[in-house]
Amino acid sequence: MTAAQPVCVLIGALGGEGGGVLASWITQAAQAQGLPVQSTSIPGVAQRTGATTYYLEIYPRPASELAGKQPVFALFPNPGTVDIVVASELLEAARAMERGFVTPDRTTLIGSTHRVYAVVEKSVPADGRFDGSMAHAAAAELCRRAILLDFAELAHDNRTSLNAVLLGAVAGTGILPIDEAGFEAAIRAFGKAQEANIRGFRAGAAAVRAPRAPTDAALPGDAKRPSPRLPAAQGLIDTCANAYPPEVSEIVPEAVARLVDFQDRRYAQSYLRRLDRIVQAERDAQGEAFQFHLSREVARQLAVWMSFEDVIRVADLKTRPDRLARVRQEVGVAPDQPLTLTEFLKPGVEEWCGLLPAFLGRPLFGIAVRRGWLERFNVSLRLRTSGVIGFTILFLLARLRFWRRRSMRFKDEQRAVEAWLDKLCRAVPLDYRLAMEVAELARLRKGYGETRRRGVDKFDRIVETLVSPGLAAGNANRASAAAEAMRTVREAAMADADDAAFDRLLGGLAATAFEPSAPVPRAAE
Amino acid sequence: MERSFTKEVELLKLGAGEVFHGEGILAVTKALLQSGVSYVGGYQGAPISHLMDVLTDAQDILGDLGVHFEPGGSEAAAAAMLGASINYPMRGAVTWKSTVGTNVASDALSNLASAGVLGGTLIVLGEDYGEGASIIQERTHAFAMKSQMWLLDPRPNLPTIVKLVEHGFELSEVSNTPVMLELRIRACHVYGSFTTSENKAPALSRKRLIEQPQFDPSRICLPPATYAQEKHKIDVRLPAAIDYVREHRLNEVFEGDLEDIGIIMQGGMYNTVLRSLAQLGLADAFGDARIPLYVLNVTYPLIPDEISRFCAGKRAVLVVEEGQPEYLEQAINAGLRKADLNTKVYGKDVLPMAGEYTGEVVLRGTGNFLAEVAPQGVDLAAVADVLARVAAAKRRAGEILGDGVPTRPPGFCVGCPERPVFSAMKIAQKELGQFHMSSDIGCHTFSTLPPFNIGNTVLGYGLGLASATGLQGAFKQRVVTVMGDGGLWHNGLNSGIVPAVFNNNDGVLVVMDNGYTSATGAQHIPSSGSNARGEASAMPIQAALKGVGVKWMRTIRTYNVDHMVKTFREAMTTSEKGLKVIVATGECMLAVQRRLRPLNQEKRAAGKRVVQTRFGVDDDICNGDHSCIRLSGCPTLTIKPNPDPLRDDPVAHVNNDCVGCGVCGEVAHAAILCPSFYRAEIVHNPSALDLWRERLRGRIIGFLQGLRRAKAQVA
Repeated sequence: MTAAQPVCVLIGALGGEGGGVLASWITQAAQAQGLPVQSTSIPGVAQRTGATTYYLEIYPRPASELAGKQPVFALFPNPGTVDIVVASELLEAARAMERGFVTPDRTTLIGSTHRVYAVVEKSVPADGRFDGSMAHAAAAELCRRAILLDFAELAHDNRTSLNAVLLGAVAGTGILPIDEAGFEAAIRAFGKAQEANIRGFRAGAAAVRAPRAPTDAALPGDAKRPSPRLPAAQGLIDTCANAYPPEVSEIVPEAVARLVDFQDRRYAQSYLRRLDRIVQAERDAQGEAFQFHLSREVARQLAVWMSFEDVIRVADLKTRPDRLARVRQEVGVAPDQPLTLTEFLKPGVEEWCGLLPAFLGRPLFGIAVRRGWLERFNVSLRLRTSGVIGFTILFLLARLRFWRRRSMRFKDEQRAVEAWLDKLCRAVPLDYRLAMEVAELARLRKGYGETRRRGVDKFDRIVETLVSPGLAAGNANRASAAAEAMRTVREAAMADADDAAFDRLLGGLAATAFEPSAPVPRAAE
Repeated sequence: MERSFTKEVELLKLGAGEVFHGEGILAVTKALLQSGVSYVGGYQGAPISHLMDVLTDAQDILGDLGVHFEPGGSEAAAAAMLGASINYPMRGAVTWKSTVGTNVASDALSNLASAGVLGGTLIVLGEDYGEGASIIQERTHAFAMKSQMWLLDPRPNLPTIVKLVEHGFELSEVSNTPVMLELRIRACHVYGSFTTSENKAPALSRKRLIEQPQFDPSRICLPPATYAQEKHKIDVRLPAAIDYVREHRLNEVFEGDLEDIGIIMQGGMYNTVLRSLAQLGLADAFGDARIPLYVLNVTYPLIPDEISRFCAGKRAVLVVEEGQPEYLEQAINAGLRKADLNTKVYGKDVLPMAGEYTGEVVLRGTGNFLAEVAPQGVDLAAVADVLARVAAAKRRAGEILGDGVPTRPPGFCVGCPERPVFSAMKIAQKELGQFHMSSDIGCHTFSTLPPFNIGNTVLGYGLGLASATGLQGAFKQRVVTVMGDGGLWHNGLNSGIVPAVFNNNDGVLVVMDNGYTSATGAQHIPSSGSNARGEASAMPIQAALKGVGVKWMRTIRTYNVDHMVKTFREAMTTSEKGLKVIVATGECMLAVQRRLRPLNQEKRAAGKRVVQTRFGVDDDICNGDHSCIRLSGCPTLTIKPNPDPLRDDPVAHVNNDCVGCGVCGEVAHAAILCPSFYRAEIVHNPSALDLWRERLRGRIIGFLQGLRRAKAQVA
């Protein structure tokens, strides 16, 4: 049969991204050149969120040359017949491949590498992000040509919209029987934001003609931001420059800077002493073999833990000069443009008791817990940190740093840290995996208010039901069983399973872990 | 309404010999006017909403022609509108989403079909089946069979669709039977072209009045007339329809050189089948296929002699029929048996019984069929090779991509007023324990998806409260129902609220009062304040509730999460018996933004002071536990890499699409989550006072910060 077949384009976008306009630009450009064309769409259920797809077919010869014959255009992309897949985002590129629309003999994949996270990715308590490298790997193997670039950044740089840049990319491949002038005419005929769209179109086309290396580059401002290196920290960092194995040394400067910034030089020194214990324990247990994995992990977790977010810390972070600059940049205001900032603070019994000296705070807190008052006395503070009064309140709170060492929260945290380190030191010679598990456990202690209370509660209960019994007899087999059970339970705890399910799982694991023959149950899905 | 259709309205004005370029559903709209309809009605819903939206904006054309357009209160009301054509030779058309809308309409449709029609009546159905559908998966076909209405399923290209609309009216009149035209989602949205003809002013209309009401006892659905009507359907109307379809060749036969086999398909499947044949090397791009094709643009009734003529001399045919059960395949088998033909019928044995017939599905099914019948002159190895290559690419992608790419289920829009209601419920659940929630149809049904996962059942539009009645007294807790304003006016007031008050049910009902049927494109409802024509209405929900005797009623602004939590707790725990209704009020944010955005842009451009509000997260205070996201799911509340060198878990982040509804801050506040959120109010075109204040504040704050820095340096 005749060789000429329609050119097929599949566009995968997210609601509100202008995928429909992109499809209509292509359709109009084809129509203007007299080419038979058809497009259709699945707008997605909500029409605003969720994935939407558009599908177009263009016959590569003008209708006038077809002697009245009409091509029969399909409404579905058939796997194996798609010439161009446009994905407005990396996950959608992966999805097009997963659904089989990308084939090595025919398909050019134009995908923007930026991420718009799906709800299931972003609602995971720890890190539920899709591993983008898999999409890159699949594209490298499955496409006729893979064009994976951060088109969103390109659009941003050119102060234009993503769909105009993607149209340029489509044009730049030269696969469609439409020249660039034809596309530009379609943009102009569309009317809205002509200049910006033309600019975007040209940038997209140029990027495809002379592609840069594919990047995973983070968006500007997403880089790691080290703690300020105060003079007191610098001295300490210099003195311990060669004191640790290289794997640990990478962490120490930031940890020291952070803790000097958080409290003072003395506090940072106590951090180093604590770290020393673990490094020594690991050395004794031939930690070199494990590349000081444990010490490195502890160096991180310990610094994070010791710089816990009490009221003083939060007030301090909220009143720093660089914070204001960062907010201004993030919300996009000009340097002298007025900006009102309102903070949503709601400190409660726990926070206020935490500030009191332990002999006062502890009994008060005890009463609150017994009477179920934990969420009773939260003070709704909507402080305007852009105003003098609001700023001054927080600024003065932040100045309570001198008092922190006497506060109940500080004492509680130090005690918990010591207990954790004790467990670690005992675990290292028994079972290295158990020690790693105990180190990782510290990640549960995060968040504020109820989230933090639940995390700490889970932490305590895992220690009580698995770690302590695992260490009790100094028996390596028990320790190993505890390690195995902990991996399962830690994942469940991180996944924010509801408390009842977590209790059941933990109970079941504790019951079976220390019986030599019983298998370890798997986490409930 | 969601957007203006001024441009599309222009398409409806095209005259004879001009070319229409546009969507399938708009082509149908144009075809209705070309057919001389007297009246049009319907109930909105994807994928047919645009038919109604464009007519709403086309009042001048309708006025010129004398066509009456009236959106129905429900599909049942829309179907009943067709009663006008029972006694009078007026052409009428209605539209809705099927099968759900047809379910709602079926009482009226049964009566209409029994009485029969004088004027042509066409029911345009958006067959919401397969990818992109939002409803239960069923087929409309059964309705056609049970009520004896004819079902058109045109090839999905504009000229054929338009031709079938025009023939549909004729067919309806010739056989005194209502005709249904089904269009699948992709066909409704297909962009194509056809040559138009002049719009026809209806014979009877607002401009050409009916002179005398007709009384005809044989048209009334009451015995004994109903017995006669039942016989009339079979003795007169069915043969008349079959004759018309045959005579006007509404079904099409395309010859091919592989004469001993053939494919019979629903019209809507034609393009998909053709593409699969082309991919297997058995057709060209213009529909010239090697296998003979019989295309059923009319899928009910079937034309027995056409089928036997097509099948005669063939050893096998493939029936491509989407959905289940396989009515066509069964009927074709029965017809061939009666005609004593031995043609083997393939269908659901080589194609799947259930689910959408996508390109890939039909490609595989066609390949299976060819492998089974092995026609002479077809390179089966080449066919197998195509299938193998397609499968291999998909398999390999699966291997590399691992457990599956995360799905992207729909959710509430940025700034949606319904989100905070469910945030409040989730917060209240921590204290009250889990409760059973009966959900309804509307945007709020997304509460059943992540991150909220609230809502145990969905039984149909407006039926949320009715579907909770069986659970009265079955829980210690009160049972909760959520119903939208759309559902309430559609039938929820009658089917749910009135009986609940009447029977003293002790449940809690949350009514989402966002002002429109937002999920279908923000069409107006009685409580919107005005009708589709913009004429004012004074029908607030509260007045209706009060009118039917609801005693416990609270109206809450949804964005006030704290207040919502408290009110909800009160409703769940008060000792007061009877139905407790919370009217959760907040206008659809899409509508708000459509109004405000251009206004603010204008003001900004004119140099006037505009305050823009948005929210943000302090990334060094956020711990990355994401509990805020689990209580919100706002598209703008997302994550970004952690700037902390010692932490890896991503932190929360509010992106630039934020409209400043404030729910994230409210939720963080109400649930006592964390102090990371801030609200930023940006002043555009600041006044002199603004600037002076900003400078003064900056100086004082700068001074304090300077103190801190000096101290830190010496410490």
